[in-house]
Amino acid sequence: MPSLKPLRNRINSVKSTQKITSAMKMVAASKLRRAQAQAEAAQPYAERMERMLRALATAMADQPAGAAPALLAGTGRDQKHLVVSVTGDRGLAGGFNVNSARTARNLVRKLTAEGKQVKILAVGRKGRDYLRREFASQMVTNPMPGGRKRPEFGDAELISGVIQDMVAKGEVDVVTLVYNHFRSVMAQVPTELRLVPMTPEKLDETPKDADQASYEFEPEEDEILARLLPRALSIQLYRAMLDNEAGFFAAQMTAMDGATRNAGDMIKRLTLTYNRARQANITSELVEIISGAEAV
Amino acid sequence: MPISIEIVSPEKLLVSQSVDMVVIPGSEGDLGVLPEHSPMITLLRGGEVILYEGERVTSRYFVTGGFAEITGERVTVLADTAELSSALNHADGERQLQEANKALSEAEKVGQTDRLVALMENVQVAQAVVDVTAAAH
Repeated sequence: MPSLKPLRNRINSVKSTQKITSAMKMVAASKLRRAQAQAEAAQPYAERMERMLRALATAMADQPAGAAPALLAGTGRDQKHLVVSVTGDRGLAGGFNVNSARTARNLVRKLTAEGKQVKILAVGRKGRDYLRREFASQMVTNPMPGGRKRPEFGDAELISGVIQDMVAKGEVDVVTLVYNHFRSVMAQVPTELRLVPMTPEKLDETPKDADQASYEFEPEEDEILARLLPRALSIQLYRAMLDNEAGFFAAQMTAMDGATRNAGDMIKRLTLTYNRARQANITSELVEIISGAEAV
Repeated sequence: MPISIEIVSPEKLLVSQSVDMVVIPGSEGDLGVLPEHSPMITLLRGGEVILYEGERVTSRYFVTGGFAEITGERVTVLADTAELSSALNHADGERQLQEANKALSEAEKVGQTDRLVALMENVQVAQAVVDVTAAAH
């Protein structure tokens, strides 16, 4: 006679797990909305910044090579790389963190195989732990204080400060950002984005309307550029962090939705087994009683 | 003919409207911008962006620095941070100014020349807060 108690316990524990996952799904959904709103609010600044950067880069194009700052034009070398990996701080989001971290890892491996020196700056605890296992000696400390609830622009500025320092000291030539781009709630795509040098891809496609070429600058172009570039770098980081955040909650929501559904299926299956066992018990008890009565 | 003004901080778009004139705190001095202004990109210092309708001031925003792009039809202010001037507090400004001055003189003493520019800007921003709020105080 199979005992019913363990089955009952099992069902109860799956039920409470289901409650947790369904609550987490709801929480993730509301955080996703907030993260999306935050990402959207940051959009206008980034767009206008890009427009200004284009105008400046166009104006600088007339000047002799080497005049442009390293952040814009690079150091002219391609030997020392920095990979900035952005992931979430927490798990329970399906393959979200691993996808992004693995993309970063593959990039590091590829660059290393090409004989480059690679350093890694990990933003987000999960990716840091993942990358540290393989590249412990190449990690750069993330200046961001831990335990933040949501990405703030100040955080992006801290990281951007570290990158600027490294570029200024000649410790890196090329900086690449790897993060999860939030395409939709169902799809977050690991994306590589070149941060330094900002040219050529993005700025080369400058639309050459007359309006753009004829700006006056106050003070001089290079002075404005020296202020604008760090800012643009911070903004790109900030955007990636927000994008990542929204993607994280979307992935968590999807994962928790799946978990809730699985728990439901499991409860159904267990309940069926439980009822069968219960019936078997009753039947065998009846058989005992009847055969007892017959014997009398 | 009005000119459109946008004030944007990294976190959000604060203002997007049409006005008759805008005064912005350029790094080399205040700029009054009317429609048909020649295209220009300038750095900002800490100070007030003032929106005018006719002769009347409609609103004032305090920015702590940033950039502005000016064309004949629009002014785009990319502020490091921006808020309504009325939200500023005189006492806070005074305290900020003291702290900024202290940090600056300390850095001068130790000879941290690389930080001087940034610290001097902090002083300028704090001074601007004090000046802006002085009238209301």
